Amino acid sequence: MSEPIDKQRRAFLATASGAAAATAVAPGVFLHAVAQAAPRDSAVTDAVRYGMLIDTTKCADGCSDCVSACDKENGLDMLVKPEGASDALWDMQRPRWIRQVKLKNNLTGRVTTLPMMCQHCEKPPCVDVCPTGASFRRADGIVMVDRHTCIGCRYCMMACPYNARSFIHENVQLKPTAAPRGKGCVESCNLCVQRRDNGGTTTACQDACKQGAIVFGDLKDANSAVSQALAKYPSVQIRADLKLNTGVRYTDV
Amino acid sequence: MKKIHYREWGIESPRYWGLLAVLATIVAVGGFATLYMEHQGHWVTGMTNQIVWGTPHVFAIFLIVAASGALNVASIGSVFGQKMYKPLARLSGLMAITLLVGGLIVLVLDLGQPTRLIVAMTTYNFKSIFAWNIYLYVGFMAIVAVYLFTMMERKANGYSHGVGVLAFVWRLALTTGTGSIFGFLVARQGYDAAIMAPMFIIMSFAYGLALYLLVLMFTFNTDDRPLGDALLRRLKNLLGVFVAAIFYFTVVYHLTNLYGTENHAYEAFILRDGGVYTWVFWLCWVLLGMIVPMGILFHPALGMQRGAITIAALLVVFGGLSAIYVIVIGGQAFPLNMFPGHTIIESGYYDGVDGLARAYSPSLPEFLLGIGGFALALLATFVGVRLLQFLPTSLADEVIDPHAAK
Repeated sequence: MSEPIDKQRRAFLATASGAAAATAVAPGVFLHAVAQAAPRDSAVTDAVRYGMLIDTTKCADGCSDCVSACDKENGLDMLVKPEGASDALWDMQRPRWIRQVKLKNNLTGRVTTLPMMCQHCEKPPCVDVCPTGASFRRADGIVMVDRHTCIGCRYCMMACPYNARSFIHENVQLKPTAAPRGKGCVESCNLCVQRRDNGGTTTACQDACKQGAIVFGDLKDANSAVSQALAKYPSVQIRADLKLNTGVRYTDV
Repeated sequence: MKKIHYREWGIESPRYWGLLAVLATIVAVGGFATLYMEHQGHWVTGMTNQIVWGTPHVFAIFLIVAASGALNVASIGSVFGQKMYKPLARLSGLMAITLLVGGLIVLVLDLGQPTRLIVAMTTYNFKSIFAWNIYLYVGFMAIVAVYLFTMMERKANGYSHGVGVLAFVWRLALTTGTGSIFGFLVARQGYDAAIMAPMFIIMSFAYGLALYLLVLMFTFNTDDRPLGDALLRRLKNLLGVFVAAIFYFTVVYHLTNLYGTENHAYEAFILRDGGVYTWVFWLCWVLLGMIVPMGILFHPALGMQRGAITIAALLVVFGGLSAIYVIVIGGQAFPLNMFPGHTIIESGYYDGVDGLARAYSPSLPEFLLGIGGFALALLATFVGVRLLQFLPTSLADEVIDPHAAK
């Protein structure tokens, strides 16, 4: 014997499920619409390749403006030393995306000062070795880490010829929206990717350099400042022997 | 050869459970060390942004390398047809799996995000030798499990040779993959060498056999099962030959490096100026890990004493851990050669100022995690031999080889 069908119950369920579906789908639609309205609506293409030229003759000895600016832009200054950590060890464990390096030519004794960071290789060893593909190169030449798929194996840090990467050794309390981070993932300079995606034309280190030693821009655009500077001055890649075709170049090393 | 009978490991219950309790405690301590490191983050370890792989990796790589080597005893029997080795094959297969599990656990628990293991199992970059290794390791365990089945199930015995050949080829690929983790690192002076892969294979032969011999002698001795002198002589001679082969590869690796000027600084670091790494290389890897065990194993009198063979095998294991320590940590401590012809005189990120090595001090939790992996491998081995018939009731010479020297 079957029970009589409760029509009201059916109607209620139909309305409820429709409302639930709308609640679930609407934010996606809405967000999609917002995303399309922003300047980051188009996919990254290889029509551009971002890079830098660093004029070491302009880089001032003892200046660390680019380092502080990077720390601020990417929230590295928000990280605090864990309680109980030794100063010396912590200094080797805290992340750094850019640093000052001072070199002496073994033959001539000439001293050069320069900033070192991820060199944004066209063929990055860190991307080759990453087991999950978390370390990746965008079509526009920026090499960065997908923090959702990084498992924290640090193989990319073993592979990087430039000591450019950092591992987050500690719990992270504060982080900027533009550069989220969490314990146990690897990160490095991403040429201020948040600025790229929001229509910015400079990097934090470039803006901070009073000497104008850092020129950033599109290496594929012959009229960009970086291309013009590269055409004008002789420049080198660091570890050019590895044939990685770096996006960051240096003069006078 | 007489018919070989296999029986579960029969030591008295109190001893068995006592042994398991000791090992389980070490595993638990390793587990707590892991929880501590994962909860706090890696700042509580000695690892830094320059020495990114530390003591856990030394233990993990050693165990993984030894795992593939432990299978050799079975391969000699079923692939190369040496009848004398056939009764030894089951334990060999079991240890290949347990050592690999122990090593992989350590490796995985040291990840910055161990909970994302599922990502590593589902998202692959096939240009990475790490991604390949995930398949090589999992595949190895599966193949060896099938291999064990073909050996232990009479109806499947006929397939044993075929599966054994597959397992042998696979283990060569596996150790090549492990060696290539380092061989493929173009940026680092100490690693970028094709010889790394074959050197790791030969290391696996020796370290796997050393651990195998130790477990075989221990389980037989405690259970009063006969273990013939002729068989032991063969195994210890084989161990001696494998250690000699590591010696050869070590010499060739450093001599070829010494020939090229670009590697002189690295060689000077490891062989002469590297402080702790130089000491570990000469004293632990070369002297205690190769020369002394070879001296014992090939000595006409000492080489026949079981106590001396045990010491030699322990030294080979110690030398193996030392070798991996020098390769993994020493290779990272030596600064990257970013500016040839220049000396770095100041750096904000430990780039090797004045060519000085980057500092690393192993921390207790790292060490406990590594030891925990070792204990887990042994625990699984002892549980295995107790539950299933892995061990022959007798390996007396007249049982396994009627023509053995009288």
